Amino acid sequence: MKKIYVPRDAAAKALGSDEVATALAHALAARGEEAQIIRNGSRGMIWLEPLVEIEENGTRLAYGPIAADQVDDLLAGKITSLGPVEDIPFFAKQNRLTFARCGLIDPLSLADYRAHGGLMGLSRAAAMSAADIVAEVTASGLRGRGGAGFPTGIKWKTVAEASASQKYIVCNADEGDSGTFADRMIMEGDPFCLIEGMAIAGLATGATRGFVYIRSEYPDAIEVMEAAVTIARAEGVLGADVLGSGKAFDLEIRVGAGAYVCGEETSLLNSLEGKRGVVRAKPPLPALEGFMGRPTVVNNVLSLATIPVIFEKGAAHYASFGLGRSKGTMPIQIAGNVARGGLFETAFGMPLGALVNEIAGGTATGRPVKAVQVGGPLGAYMPPSKFDTPFAYEEFDGQGGLIGHAGVVVFDDSADMVQMARFAMEFCAVESCGKCTPCRIGAVRGVETIDRIAAGDATAIPLLTDLCETMKDGSLCALGGFTPYPVMSALQNFPDEFGATPADQAAQ
Amino acid sequence: MPRDHTDAHDPEITAIVMRHMGLEGPLLPILHALQGEFGYIPDAARPIICDALNITRAELHGVISFYHDFRSAPAAKHCLKICRAEACQAVGGKALSERVLAQLGLDWGARRADGALMVEPVYCLGLCACAPAAMLDGKLIARATVEKITARLTEAGL
Ligand SMILES: Cc1cc2nc3c(=O)[nH]c(=O)nc-3n(C[C@H](O)[C@H](O)[C@H](O)COP(=O)(O)O)c2cc1C
Ligand code: SF4
Ligand code: FES
Ligand code: FES
Repeated sequence: MKKIYVPRDAAAKALGSDEVATALAHALAARGEEAQIIRNGSRGMIWLEPLVEIEENGTRLAYGPIAADQVDDLLAGKITSLGPVEDIPFFAKQNRLTFARCGLIDPLSLADYRAHGGLMGLSRAAAMSAADIVAEVTASGLRGRGGAGFPTGIKWKTVAEASASQKYIVCNADEGDSGTFADRMIMEGDPFCLIEGMAIAGLATGATRGFVYIRSEYPDAIEVMEAAVTIARAEGVLGADVLGSGKAFDLEIRVGAGAYVCGEETSLLNSLEGKRGVVRAKPPLPALEGFMGRPTVVNNVLSLATIPVIFEKGAAHYASFGLGRSKGTMPIQIAGNVARGGLFETAFGMPLGALVNEIAGGTATGRPVKAVQVGGPLGAYMPPSKFDTPFAYEEFDGQGGLIGHAGVVVFDDSADMVQMARFAMEFCAVESCGKCTPCRIGAVRGVETIDRIAAGDATAIPLLTDLCETMKDGSLCALGGFTPYPVMSALQNFPDEFGATPADQAAQ
Repeated sequence: MPRDHTDAHDPEITAIVMRHMGLEGPLLPILHALQGEFGYIPDAARPIICDALNITRAELHGVISFYHDFRSAPAAKHCLKICRAEACQAVGGKALSERVLAQLGLDWGARRADGALMVEPVYCLGLCACAPAAMLDGKLIARATVEKITARLTEAGL
């Protein structure tokens, strides 16, 4: 039977894909035509959503963006196709490892998942010793995709070697960074991939229970993940005997409650335990004393969802991509004021400017790019003069930036950098967990100081610089500690907008 | 102990609380379930939760007040959330929210006089590649404009 794919991804739905699917069903019935409508994930070309694919003779032809009132024309063959999805340049230029299946399969069909390489990694891992599983992850060079870039293999080793009656795998799906949506996309488009990665983490560390902590702002992801867990349990992927390995692993979906700081791992653990989401001092590491004081792996969605392909294709294959110590691929999320926004998975190392200008096609407004914020609300504003920076951990660090969860937010020349700096401080003040004074009070002072600068008082600039130093040095976590990145990068790269005199500029 | 609530809810509240007692760290799931049922965390639930979880009322209050999502008083019937974060700002999100608020004559977080609507800020809805983003009662709106939002409000009878 003819198959028609209409994404159920939240972005596609927000652009009308549910209405398209309904209209298609009616139009098919009216035409007396039989076809199966599959609600897939998104292929990540968000500017083309709703992107409808019609499969005929084994080829999936793309059409988009499609509106509900175009479905008759679509079925009558009156709309020109964009060609096979794989040939669209934005897609063809990617190295899709983590996102290989996202958008390709029916997210809730385990049969589809298996048919596209799903569970091969888990089957392989189930036949390995725990130490060998950990060694494979270490050899892949995978680093945590949640922001800090800590080697995943080392984290797992710590938990594997800790002895305790109960250990846990906690998936951090709090994805609060503006400009990021990769966690959401994979949970909605390939949920079994995350479940498989968590099960492998369980086998590697001896943890038999897991949690996926999903932010409440993601109702679609929550729904798909809950359905996927139920299916995985019924099919023996989760439960007392994971894929017949004789080992147990099961997991639960938990929902956050609208606190950005709960993405910080220790705050997240407190939240899971039913406490205020206050950040804990480290040590003890969560790997040793995590959930309920027991050894716990806390990993980002993308870190865990990358595990299956590492086991399916081998660590060496994964590590063959990338640049320097940034091994493998990164699902980069291109957002904000861009002509072609979406998810672009590529080997580490592509220059930032190529991503912004060639891949994303520059701004949506057609105006010049002024700055790009990389790495979420705690990331620096990079001006075009830094566009040759390769997208990789150490390389960004060397330019006073960070890649974080790989969100790239593009601004055109109408952006007001003083107001963006102010927003960074305001956000920190709203979301601070309240534990440290430099973060809780400093951010409020920061807003006031920037308001003085905006009103023309350049003498407040050194105060702002000092305040940023205090926040950097005196904060327990990266919320207070990194808010100075967007603030100081705005000031340093766009001093004129702050009314800084050449003397101020020299002093910085 | 004096109780500041209508007893009518008690058996229901107790049932919701008990349903979650098998979980590890049941408090957030309980609060979500109560809010899902009643639209807010009724005062009547507090002693029941404290008894079941063996925590003090101060601890419970600390948790409820920490999270932006939980409310202790009934919410407006409909809730419009508009994203205030950076990717949305890059495509005019700030002007959009200001115009919507002005048109409705509301401030962030304030309820309309008839209790039917409130507008809340949200920091990223994961629609950053098709921004600005908004959400009316859980239904997402991408590439939001004043016109699109007004049309959705009208559809909802607001
Ligand atoms: C304020 C703050 C917010 C964070 N938000 C997230 C988040 O939403 N998702 C995430 O995976 N990590 C987030 N992190 C990083 C986590 O603390 C932690 O490093 C990460 O979950 C570890 O997983 P990984 O090693 O797989 O990256 C945040 C950190 C801070 C300081
Ligand atoms: S820096 Fe801010 S958010 Fe982080 S622990 Fe301190 S007060 Fe909490
Ligand atoms: S920043 Fe508004 S949806 Fe992500
Ligand atoms: S609570 Fe207001 S939209 Fe969900």
